[in-house]
Amino acid sequence: MYQTTYHRASSVDEAAALFAKGSEAKFLAGGQTLLPVMKQRLASPSDVIDLGKIKELIGIEVSGDTLTVKAATPHYDVATSDAVKKAIPALAYLASLIGDPAVRYRGTIGGSIANNDPAADYPAALLALGATVKTNKRSIAAEDFFKGLFTTALEDGEIITSVSFPVPQKAGYAKMPHPASRFALTAVFVAQTKTGEIRVAATGASQSGVMRVSAIEAALKANWSPSAIDGVSISASNLLSDIHGTAEYRANLIKVMAQRAVAAAS
Amino acid sequence: MSTVKLTVNGKAVAVDVEDRTLLVQLLRDHLNLTGTHVGCDTSQCGACVVHMDGKAVKSCTMLAGQADGANVTTIEGIARGDELHPMQAAFRDNHGLQCGYCTPGMIMSAIDIVHRHGGELDEATVRHELEGNICRCTGYHNIVKAVLDAAGRMKVSQAAE
Repeated sequence: MYQTTYHRASSVDEAAALFAKGSEAKFLAGGQTLLPVMKQRLASPSDVIDLGKIKELIGIEVSGDTLTVKAATPHYDVATSDAVKKAIPALAYLASLIGDPAVRYRGTIGGSIANNDPAADYPAALLALGATVKTNKRSIAAEDFFKGLFTTALEDGEIITSVSFPVPQKAGYAKMPHPASRFALTAVFVAQTKTGEIRVAATGASQSGVMRVSAIEAALKANWSPSAIDGVSISASNLLSDIHGTAEYRANLIKVMAQRAVAAAS
Repeated sequence: MSTVKLTVNGKAVAVDVEDRTLLVQLLRDHLNLTGTHVGCDTSQCGACVVHMDGKAVKSCTMLAGQADGANVTTIEGIARGDELHPMQAAFRDNHGLQCGYCTPGMIMSAIDIVHRHGGELDEATVRHELEGNICRCTGYHNIVKAVLDAAGRMKVSQAAE
């Protein structure tokens, strides 16, 4: 790791001020992605600003039909929260599949979506549930937040403060994990909103990161059942192809994971 | 350079380290607590697992500064004098190690698993929860047996306290 200067911020405002002072600063939440990247010398921030101890960034709240997870809340807390299990059980299940137990104690929802790894779990939930990302400057709809591989709508120095999920009628998640990394080889989140909209998002599959799967949405709108997806054809163009799986394999996985997610939806 | 103040195995310490220092480097290189190992150095193998404020974390994927003010327990801190921790004793009795390299991390993760699940541990849960700890010798079979054995012993010793 190259030299850096570590700062622990005690408030969002202090973190923003520290960022503005650094020449090439980066925010650190749980560090489960940023630190490995720094260790490989693929990132060399002048300053690392730790958001992990900011009290206003930690916690889970349910208010009416909205579940809010604050940005520095670790995956472990989301996976084990009674409030999340009751409001959106598929989201608690998704969080329980991220990395391994030690990673889940440290990794955070804000860190995960800010990084926008094309095989990360949370982006699929945000997109399928129509979540809203709140920052210290504005609110951003999930559709507008994810901009492709490792790219988001966040501006330089902007800090995610929370993610608000509308509580759905039903939702389900199914993931084919890479056996070593536990990232999604392909995973699909399906949701039926309280207004009757069907939204399906796949992660780990596309060359441009998390994506909606409109063909499956249409099939499920006609008939909410795993068998409704049998006849859907998913194009392999623009899907990821690597030593772990071809684009055609991932196209098939989108269907199979969507079927499993619908079967598991509650 | 920064001074990181933390409690390690019950002892308050203050260590001057470069800001880029990882928690595992602070433990091994500055405090000479070399029981915590570095295996893969990429957050996957779990040889570096220690407890921070009661939770099992990968000390190769934390800056020392992030542990400022924390209570850290390493493999050196779990026995009571000459009396092994029930998890250590169970690993010995069940032959849960061969080369021993992954063992400190296995034991620290396993204690965390038992704390979280208490008496509801079964073999499938142990295997699933150990996914962040990699062993290249044993095939995991005796490690899983040891964790299940220790879960029973820890329950008994807790009840006795």
